[in-house]
Formats: sequence, C-alpha cells, structure tokens
Amino acid sequence: MEIVVLVKQVPATDQVKIDPERGTMIRENIESELNPLDLFAVEEAVRLKERLDGEANINVLSMGPAKAVKTVRDALARGCDQGWLLSDRKFAGADTWSTSFTLASAIEKLVPGCDLILCGERATDGDTGQVGPMVATFLGLPVLSFVSAVERLDQGALAARREVEGGSELVQCPLPALLSVVKAINHPRLPNLAGKRRAKAAEVPVVTAEQLELPVEKLGLKGSPTRVVKVSKSQLSRQGRILNLEDDPTAAVEALVAFFTSPPSAPEA
Amino acid sequence: MSNQLDQYRGVWTLAEVRQGKIHPVSFELLAWGQSLAQKLGVELASVVLGSGVGDQVDQLIAHGADKVYLADDPALLDFGVEPQAGILTDLIKQHKPEVLLGSATTTGRTLLPVLAITLTTGLTADCTGLDIDLTERLLIQTRPAIGGNVMATIKTPTGRPQMATVRPKSKRPLAADPARSGEVIKVELGPEQLASRVKRLEFTPEETVGAPLQDAEVIVACGKGLKDVKNLKLVTELTEILGGSLGATRKAIDLGWLSYSHQIGLSGKTVSPKLYLGCGVSGAVQHLAGITSAEKIAAINSDPEAAIFQVADLGVVGDLFQALPLLVERLKQNTEGSAS
Ligand SMILES: Cc1cc2nc3c(=O)[nH]c(=O)nc-3n(C[C@H](O)[C@H](O)[C@H](O)COP(=O)(O)OP(=O)(O)OC[C@H]3O[C@@H](n4cnc5c(N)ncnc54)[C@H](O)[C@@H]3O)c2cc1C
Ligand SMILES: Nc1ncnc2c1ncn2[C@@H]1O[C@H](COP(=O)(O)O)[C@@H](O)[C@H]1O
Repeated sequence: MEIVVLVKQVPATDQVKIDPERGTMIRENIESELNPLDLFAVEEAVRLKERLDGEANINVLSMGPAKAVKTVRDALARGCDQGWLLSDRKFAGADTWSTSFTLASAIEKLVPGCDLILCGERATDGDTGQVGPMVATFLGLPVLSFVSAVERLDQGALAARREVEGGSELVQCPLPALLSVVKAINHPRLPNLAGKRRAKAAEVPVVTAEQLELPVEKLGLKGSPTRVVKVSKSQLSRQGRILNLEDDPTAAVEALVAFFTSPPSAPEA
Repeated sequence: MSNQLDQYRGVWTLAEVRQGKIHPVSFELLAWGQSLAQKLGVELASVVLGSGVGDQVDQLIAHGADKVYLADDPALLDFGVEPQAGILTDLIKQHKPEVLLGSATTTGRTLLPVLAITLTTGLTADCTGLDIDLTERLLIQTRPAIGGNVMATIKTPTGRPQMATVRPKSKRPLAADPARSGEVIKVELGPEQLASRVKRLEFTPEETVGAPLQDAEVIVACGKGLKDVKNLKLVTELTEILGGSLGATRKAIDLGWLSYSHQIGLSGKTVSPKLYLGCGVSGAVQHLAGITSAEKIAAINSDPEAAIFQVADLGVVGDLFQALPLLVERLKQNTEGSAS
C-alpha cells in the first residue's frame, strides 16, 4: 500500500512574538518545527503500516522553503520511508488553493497509484484546515475530515470515525482516499536513534515547479485567489471590577453570586 | 475579467442541518448575510440540503432570507460532502452569487474547501468579521491568525463567489419575523447528484457535563490552576448547581483531566454563553479566542497580573480552593432558601 503523508513546517508556536506596533510576526530567531498536528498524521501512517505487517510504503511530502528539509527528515526519523521537499521561489506566498494545487500535482507525479493520503487537521500558523479537502478534490478522491480512528483498512476500502458536533460518526469509503486526522487519533512516539540515523543519511530530493511541469499562473501568490491585505494585533479588553478575596472574602463571594443570579440583560429579541 | 465578475450578484448562506433540524448557526449566517446584502443592495438567499426539511424553510425566511433554495431528498438525510458539493457547485454555477457563507463547523470546514476547488475561487477560514468594501465591491474578511496573536484582513479580488466560513456564535441571529415572506425554490435532483462514495454507518453521541458547550448559557471553565484531577469535583459541583456546562483550557485537557470535547479556544470550541467563569485559567490569547463572544466573563485567579482579568467583567484575585467552596456553599443556601 502506498501511503502519502503531508507535513508542513511552521514557526514554533510557543515562541511566536508579535511586533506590537506593526502587528507582524517577529521572524528573527524563531525556530521552525514540524506542524504539531501533523505528528498525528505521521504516527497514524506508521501505525497503519504496522497493522499491514509492514506491507506499506510511507511517502512524506512537504512544500516550503529550503530549510523545511529538516521537517521532512523529522518525519523520516519518525518512521516514514521516503521524503520529498517541494521548494521553489515560484511556490512562495501560496494560499490554500495554490498550496493544494501544488501538493496534489506532486502526489500525482511522485507517487502515482497512491492508496491513502494523510494530513493534519490544520497547520498551526495558517490555521485553516482547508488544504486536506482541497488536495482530495484536485485529485478527485473522497475526503474524510476530523478522523479520530481508522477502524478498518483493507486493500480496497476503509472505515473511520469522524469527530463532529455532538458526537462521532463511523463512515466507510473506497480507496484511494484522503484523511485529515485530529489529535485524539493516537499518541505520537518520539523518534528513536535508528530512525534519526536513517533520516540523517536519507536523500531528500528537492522538487521544483519545472520538474513537476506546473503552470506558473497557478502557483504561489500569483495562483492564489485570496490576498491578505492587512494584519493587526488582536485586541480584547473589557475591563471590569476586580476584587481581592483575601481583603474581603464575603464581598468577593457575594459579587460572584450576584454575577450568576442577576443575569445580564436579555439578548435583543 | 471584470465583466465576468459583474455577472455575479447576491449573497448566499448555507443552512446547516443536524439530525433533521435546521441548526441555529444557519440563522447566525443569515444575520451576517443580511448586513452584507444590504450594503451591496442585493438579495439574500439561503440554501438548505436535507431530508424532510421542507416545513422548516420558513424559519430561514423569518430570519432574513429573501429566497430559499431547497434540495430535499432521503439521500441527503446525513451530511455527505460529495452530494452536497455536487449539488451546490451546479446551483452556484447557474445562479452566480457574489458571496457564499458557510459555518466554520466540521460540516462547513469540509464542504467549502471542496467548493473552492470545484468553483476555482478563494476561501477564507473561520472569519470573525465580515464587511463590504463598496469602492471595489469586495468582501472584507477578518480572521484570527498565527495562534490568535493577530487579526488578518483578507480579500478575494478575482475568484467568485467570494467564500468564507464564519465562526459560530460570532453574531447573534436576527429576531425571527414570522410575517416576512420569501420565495422557496425547489432544486431538481438527478440520481447522479445523490451518489456518494462515503457512507455513514453509525452515529455515537458524546458525553459531556451539561449541555454541549456551544449551546450552553452558563459555562464554568477550569485551567491548570486546579492543580490536580481530584479537585475537578470543585468545579463540577459548581457547574451542576448553576445548571451550566463544564469547559477547560488546553492545559487541563493535555493533563488528561477532561476529554477534548471540553476544550475551549482556538484549537477547541468557540462558545458564547451568557455567563462564563474561568477558575485557575490564565487567559492565554488562544483560550480567549474561544470566549470573546461570551456576554459576561468572570474569573478567579491567584495571580493579579493574569491576562484573563483584562477581559473580565468581574475578577476575583485569590485562591480558588478558598473561593469555590465558599461560593458553592452560598449558592446552595440560595437554592435551599428558594425551595422552602
Ligand atoms: C496554536 C495554539 C493553540 C492553542 N489552543 C488553545 C485552546 O484552544 N484552548 C486553550 O485553552 N489553550 C490553547 N492553547 C494553549 C494556551 O496558549 C495556554 O497554554 C493555555 O490556555 C493555558 O491554560 P491554563 O490557563 O489552564 O494554564 P496556565 O497558563 O498555566 O494558567 C494557570 C493559571 O492558574 C492560576 N492559579 C494557580 N493556582 C491557583 C489557585 N490556587 N487559585 C487560583 N488560581 C490559580 C495561575 O495564576 C495561572 O494564571 C493553544 C496554544 C497554541 C500555541
Ligand atoms: N505547505 C504544505 N506542505 C505540506 N503539507 C501541507 C502544507 N500546508 C498544509 N499542509 C497539510 O494540510 C494540513 C492542513 O493545513 P492548513 O489547511 O494550512 O491548515 C496540514 O496539517 C498539512 O498536513
């Protein structure tokens, strides 16, 4: 079985700092990492391969700048068999539409006859969760989003559980298919030493737009239907009353009781 | 090019059907849609796909739709992305709305990305603000990005329709006006439009303390300040006395105290209760991203500098292990008092 995992390199989110004046991200000295939510997709691919007694080949693909090769190697260390980095200045500035176009075209070329594509629920930087369903649509494949368990996997079909509002649903579909997975699906393992060694030695081809024979007008910023026109600092503030429990416990508790028992004005009805 | 864009007129919203009922998020979208349609001077339409929902379409009209496109068939009983995307793609190509809004629910976030490809247009995820730039006649989409640290403003200059998923509870529905009239258009469906490679086998409802968080009027949320899972009873007891629902921060979930379905925030649920109380919650932007549409916010935190006090209507600086038992005891007196 040919499995593809899509992983993205993102800025380490706990280090994100925002320039308060300009509302832009301070990129200097920020470490990049494999999108934390993609670790679950990588781990699930490895687990599925184990379930298939090793009868699977896991391909990992990432689109990003040259340094994103580190992310591909990280996925290799965690058990993927072969990796590619799609990197080209023509890909820069891509929104989810042109990212998906590029990834889908690359899957067709690099992993023809792929049976299963796994991706994360969303990337922690863009935070859209759109790329999975979009890649599936470009490839004409069924998509199962928000998957929390793969309950059955045969050569021709799979059954999976999807987390939706108010519960979960069990669905089945034929292969090939694309799954975007949520955190609940597994507990990712850390890469072991053998994996790290293999990843370090592995050859990770860098694939360009030209090699994929892609039309430039569909790539990068040029191929993106959306435009970010402004970025500003998010502001939340509603300054209310602050009481100190130590100073006067009764007053503080009474204020809380009043908060719950004299509800705010009814909504506009 | 611009001539082609001019063929697109009107604002559409996608109604969401859950367990055979039009869900209230559909009315929130109509409230967004109506303000956009008014600015553009165009009609507001809603599309509903489901089974046996025909007698509910007047709710959409009462909440602001001028027109309702109704696709009703037993095969559309459960959400299936393939038939829905197929039917919508055909309808949109035929009627050419300039704006299409869906909810940022698991349904909308699956369906709209598919439509963005079949219709070759842009899609902005999880918007919390929408407006119209009349000089260019463009939709202005605002959404939190980079972990809620910034707000990004996004436009779709060339693709049509301009599409967005909108965060649930980011706007209140308009009051229903049963006197409003509107046109209902039944969509003819062919068998090929109803085919789906994905089949639903079963549905399992989730277990939560209280009503589902998105629907809760009162929410008590706990954070890492609760220190240990054995202290959970402090907040569950309070939640039950208040008849509310229990929520949590990501740290509390990651510690395994509660299941993911309780997580509030950027990577959890967006809630808009009337009353929210955070106990031992620091108020990280990612958590606050989920509660900004709460009507009133209160917090108990021992750190006077905690960020949650910046957004709280009522803040109590102090030890929650002291405050919560006092509060519970006092509320119990209240209920006993009113019962006798
Ligand atoms: C991309 C991304 C997405 C995220 N998504 C979410 C999300 O959806 N939801 C979410 O919640 N977080 C999310 N986070 C995590 C978020 O940044 C914070 O780490 C988290 O919200 C903090 O949880 P907390 O308030 O429970 O813990 P802490 O920040 O550790 O705060 C604990 C608080 O308890 C107080 N406290 C301690 N002891 C007591 C006591 N005895 N009495 C009273 N108060 C006490 C402390 O003063 C402190 O303020 C996300 C982070 C990232 C990077
Ligand atoms: N540049 C990229 N390269 C590889 N995979 C990506 C890329 N962008 C997004 N993905 C995949 O698509 C998922 C959703 O991303 P997003 O739609 O950006 O939130 C991610 O979790 C990845 O699995």
